Order: sequence, then structure tokens, then C-alpha cells
Amino acid sequence: MTALGIPDAYSFWVLAAVFLVYAGVAMGFASLFAGVCSWYERRIAGRMQSRIGPNRVGPQGILQWLADGMKCFLKEDLIPQEADPPLFRLAPYPVFIGVASTFVVLPFSATVVGSDLNVGLVYLIAITALVVAGILMAGWSSNSKWTLLGGIRSAAQMISYEIPLALALLVVVVPAGTLSLQEMIRHQGGAPWNWFVFESPFTFIAFFVYFTSALAEGNRTPFDLPEAESELVAGYNTEYSGMRFLFFFFAEWMNLYVVGAVVTAVFLGGWRIPGIPVDRQAGNILLEFVGFVLFVAKSLTLVNVIIWLRWTLPRLRIDQLMKMCWKYFVPIGMVSLFCSMLFTALVVAVPLVGRLTSFALFGLGMLICAVFVWRTAYALRTFPAKPYLRWMV
Amino acid sequence: MDGENISLDLEEGQEMLLNMGPQHPSTHGVLRFLVRADGEVMSEAIPIEGYLHRGIEKIAESTPYAGFIPYTDRVDYLAAMFANHAYVTAVEKLLGVEVPRRAEYLRVIADEINRIASHLIAVGAMAMDIGAFTPFLHGIREREIINDLTEMLCGARLTYNYMRVGGVSADLPDGFIEKLKGFLDHFEPGFIDEFNRLISGNEILVKRCVNVATITADEAMDMGLVGPNLRASGVDWDLRRDMPYSCYPDFQFDVPIGRGFRGTVGDSYDRFVVRVLEMTQSVRILRQAIERIPDGEFQAKVPRKIKLPVGESYGAVESSRGELGFYLISDGGEMPYRLKIRTGSFSSMWAIHQKSRGCFVADLVVLIASTDIVAPEIDR
Repeated sequence: MTALGIPDAYSFWVLAAVFLVYAGVAMGFASLFAGVCSWYERRIAGRMQSRIGPNRVGPQGILQWLADGMKCFLKEDLIPQEADPPLFRLAPYPVFIGVASTFVVLPFSATVVGSDLNVGLVYLIAITALVVAGILMAGWSSNSKWTLLGGIRSAAQMISYEIPLALALLVVVVPAGTLSLQEMIRHQGGAPWNWFVFESPFTFIAFFVYFTSALAEGNRTPFDLPEAESELVAGYNTEYSGMRFLFFFFAEWMNLYVVGAVVTAVFLGGWRIPGIPVDRQAGNILLEFVGFVLFVAKSLTLVNVIIWLRWTLPRLRIDQLMKMCWKYFVPIGMVSLFCSMLFTALVVAVPLVGRLTSFALFGLGMLICAVFVWRTAYALRTFPAKPYLRWMV
Repeated sequence: MDGENISLDLEEGQEMLLNMGPQHPSTHGVLRFLVRADGEVMSEAIPIEGYLHRGIEKIAESTPYAGFIPYTDRVDYLAAMFANHAYVTAVEKLLGVEVPRRAEYLRVIADEINRIASHLIAVGAMAMDIGAFTPFLHGIREREIINDLTEMLCGARLTYNYMRVGGVSADLPDGFIEKLKGFLDHFEPGFIDEFNRLISGNEILVKRCVNVATITADEAMDMGLVGPNLRASGVDWDLRRDMPYSCYPDFQFDVPIGRGFRGTVGDSYDRFVVRVLEMTQSVRILRQAIERIPDGEFQAKVPRKIKLPVGESYGAVESSRGELGFYLISDGGEMPYRLKIRTGSFSSMWAIHQKSRGCFVADLVVLIASTDIVAPEIDR
């Protein structure tokens, strides 16, 4: 600080100001994403359901989220009579903070990251656990048996699925050798067969385990029983309206991006460009920008998949959900972790095995994609969308 | 059941009383359940009906026979044609009027399109309650065409008021047969296959529905279940085939029976699949009806003021929710002395009450949806 000409006495405040700017930029990105994602989700849902979705406010309805936000701002701040006012008021904030704080460690590009913590993954898992406290507070303080049921269900679900989530991430930490997200990306290569998802059969499994556990953490269908509309109206946030409700929902959509970003960073090569080594990428503005675009594109693809799953799949019942976690995911996670350690030791001894496995798994991944494309083509051929309604009128 | 007079012994500190109130995204219509639950597991779900009671049966006692037909639409607005049909059948039996062949065919066509529309809602709403929102809207999209067809036919999209004593109110308009054929060709197998691929075979739906609230054949008959609920439990009983009415003897169709498609016979999944299969059979009947529809009158000559002789009659049809029957007692006047409506959903309420013991709150939703109850049928 003295080198920059700022006296020592003010250095703390200058630092705090700089951090506030960083936080503002991150929160700006996160909020913008959450808002636009809500519009995007509603359009996708509409198209999947043979209808249009919001298309009135602004071009193609893209400002719908602003209209919703303003509406919620202007709503009456309603606290149920028998509710617990301090807890009721406090509950949205742990949820929001838990999700927003994860943006600190999310990498966007080779040098653009909030803070490249060397325990990035552990920080991520730990800070999202704050959400559980918020949900329990919300469910309890609303003084309604239904919200209580929803809150307890949600809390049980979230703390249960933190374990397979952590195990799946640890499976990837073993070959990477680091917990920091930026380092993990640097250890991967740009080309798809160099990504960690194809590194070993166990990281391949861990990809799916992590993705599913992250869905459960985020209370997304097929794990959205706590918010099950048909059963609990809206679960733990039934009594919330206006801005408090928006906090919960913003947290949910921001979490979508976080899930996509973590999967991209850990499994899908992050901001690495195929064929370009890391050192060249770090200095070059153009390459960094391309890396940023790639990163965001990959994350958004995953966000797309999450939205798609929500509007296609029904939801699991709470006992089926818990059974899946404890009887299937946790053992799979533990076995994968153990075998991943053995596999990494094997690769250190015989590097050829690693290369072969990567290519074989990449082939498997391409095969799965090909099957998917084939099935989609079949469906499009067999069930064409005919505008028959026109001739009825 | 009167809400105030229920005395429940809740085990202290063990059970809680949840109120799935009359307004609820899940219960199909205004229907209230008092759920005694120990956390997730229910010990009992007591249905409290009456929120949609409109005194239709009492209104019948002061409405002339021909003028009561719009009221029958509202007995079950998702299966209004069936209610019309059952009522006019009861009146015609006492009146002794012979319905022309063409009118019978028109009635069957109207009935079967209504069955498809009703089942689309039934399976769609069941999928929606389980969390899959999309198939419901696809069903609604298909149902829009049926609504357009009925609008061509009788001018209304939901409460048809189509049938009259002695026939139907209007003949087929020009172009109706072509449009109906086009819809049928698109619907089966095209839409049904797409629907099955999307949701009927979905592992999550199957897991939510199999072995949930299994009703055995004996239990179903004891509880007086009818329609797809009864057939899904394995009982081979369909009024269209076993107590034929109208011109159903002219048609060839199968009656889908539950046989434990993925679980046990009579579970919720069976009830789901039986409804999907019934839609296929309805399409079959419709195709035959379109081919063979005779020419002729669409309504027999009946007097303007219908005065029924003293007596009683019972007219029943196989509605999409089971046997919908109108029991009519006439005292010789222009208005019935007593009209009693027997609906399938009312019998299902007891089934829901019994089968809810010991299942999860989430399963209660599946149970209610799979028995396809609608509140207007229960309360009338």
C-alpha cells in the first residue's frame, strides 16, 4: 500500500473499498444471471409445454424479471401473526449469503477469480451448508405445520446430499492433487479427452454423482419435494411474499450457475482452450476472453440441462430420495474415492494406462451423446409438431 | 362429514393434525382432508366433502325434465356428456320413447370424445401432482382440439348441454367427421406414444406409483368402486359391455384391466395405465362409429312439456369416472319427485379414506390423483 502512495492508516479502508467493488461486480453478475435465468427458464418451460412463456415485457419478455422484481419490492411486507418475527425476518439471509458467497471462489478466466483460495472446494461445500440453517429458520418461524414439514424435509435432504457431493469432488481432487479450483483447471487440458471427467472411470462416475447431488442440494426437480407445489403449496417459503420471497428464489437460481460453474471447473476443463498451454493464456487478453466465453458457455449448457430436467421429470418421494442418497450414492462415492486413489497410483506408475483410459472414456462419452442425438432425431421424426390447431379455427 | 364433530384422539406428542384445506393445488377441486400424521407417515386422512355442494338433486325437484339437462353438465363438468346421457336415458326409460339410430351414434361419438378429454386431464393431473408439469399441458393441448370439436358440435367447450330427451340437440355440422378423423389419426398412436415415452414409462413416476394404495379386487367391490378404479383392481366390469346401453353392442372394443403392469394389481400405476389404455379404446370406438353412422333423425318426437308417468327408472352410463347413474322417481308431474345421482367419485372417497392409513403424505397425493376424483361429482 505504501508503494502505491497510500498512507498506512488508510490502507484497510482502501482494501475494504476494493473488496466491495469486487463483491459488487460478482453480485451484479450473479443477480443478473439469476434474473435472466428466471426469464430463460420460463421460456424453456413454455416451449416444452407447447406454449410461449413470458414475451410481453421488453423484447421477447426479457425484462420480465425486472417487472417481477419491482412488483415484489412494492408488495406489503407480511409477517404471519403467530410467526416468530426475528427468525422470520432473518431466514432469507443465510440462504442468500450461503449461495452468494460461493461466487468468491468461482473462476471466470485464467486471471479473473474473486479469490483463488487454496482450499477452494472445501470452502464451497462448507459455505453452502449455511443454506440449511436458513431453510430451517424459514420453515419453523412461519408457524405452519406445512412449512415446518417442508423445512425439515429440505434440511434432511440437503445435509444428506452434502456427503455424496463432497465425496464426488474428492474423487477428482485425487488426480488433481489440489483443492483450489484454478489449479484444478490448470491441471486439466483444453481438449475434451484431457478433462477430468474422462480421467478415470471413477471421475466419470463422480461427475454424475456430483451433478445429481448438486441438484438435490439446490432443491431442484427431481428433488424438489420441499417446494412441492402439489403438496405443500410452496413448502418452507409459503408464508414469504415480496422481497423476502425473492431472496429465496434468487438464491435458487444463483445456485444453478454455481453448480454449472463448479462442474465446468472441476470436470469439464474450465476456461482451458483446446491446444493452448496455460502460460500463454494467462497473459493474453484475447485468449483470456475466449477462455471466459468458453467457461460461461459450458456452465450455461449445464444450467440448460438442469432446467430441462426440471420440466421433464417428476419428483422423488422423500424416502426414495434419502434411500438413494444413503444406500446408493454414499457407497458409490466412497468406493469411487478409494478406487480413484488406486487408479491414480497406477497412472503414476504406468502413464500409458491414463492416456488409454482417457481416450476410452471420451469414446464412451461420445457414444452416449450419439445415442442421445439418435433418440432425439427419432422423436422429432415420429412426433412432428404439426400446427393442426390452425385448421380447427 | 361435519368438520366440527370429528373427535380425534391424537396421541400426545406423537401425531399432528394437518389440514389439506379446501384450497390446495393438489386436491382435485375443493376438497378438504384432515390428515393425522406422525411426521411423514399418515395414520388417517379424513375427507371432508361438501364444499361444492350445490343442491343439484334438490333443484331437480323444481325443474322441468327438459330444463334440467344443463344442471347435469355441472354434476361432473369434465364428463358432461356422460351426465347428460345418463339423465336423458333415465327420462326416456319412463317416457318410453325410442331414440333414433343416428341419435344413438351421435351420443356415442360425443361420449367417447368426452372420455378422451376427461382421461387426458386425469392422467395429466396425476403426472402434475407427482411433479411432472409438462405432460399435463400436452394433454391440455390435445384437449383443445376436442374442445374445438365439441364447440362445432354443440356450441360449448365444457358444459355441453348436448343431449335432449329422445336424441341430441343438433346434427353433425359439415366438416366435423373430417376434423374428427384428422384428430384421431394424430392422437393415436402418435400422441399416446409420445405421452407414454415422456411419462408413462418414466422410472420416477413408476417408483412413485407402484405398490402405492393397492386396492385388491375384493376390496374394490366391497367399497363400491366403479370405472377405471375397479378395472385397475382386476375386476372385469364395464357397463358398455356388460349392461349395454345406446348402440355400444355395434362396436368392438377391449376393456383394459389392471394386471400389475409394473407392480401389484390394483396399485396407483395400474389406475394410471388403465386410463391411458382406455383412451386408445375410445379412439377405436370412434373410428368405428364414424364409419358406420347411419342417416336419420337426430331427435325423436317428444312433447314440449314432458310429463312422466308415475314410476321410477335408473339410467346409467359408463362415464370416465365409472358408473354415473340417475335414479328418477316420478309422481306423474312435470318435475321429478326425487332425483338421485350416483357418481363414481363418491365411492372413491371411502377408498381414499381407507387406503390412506399408513402411507406417506406424498402418497396421499398420488392416491387422490390416481382415483381421479372430482369435487363436483362428490358433492353435487
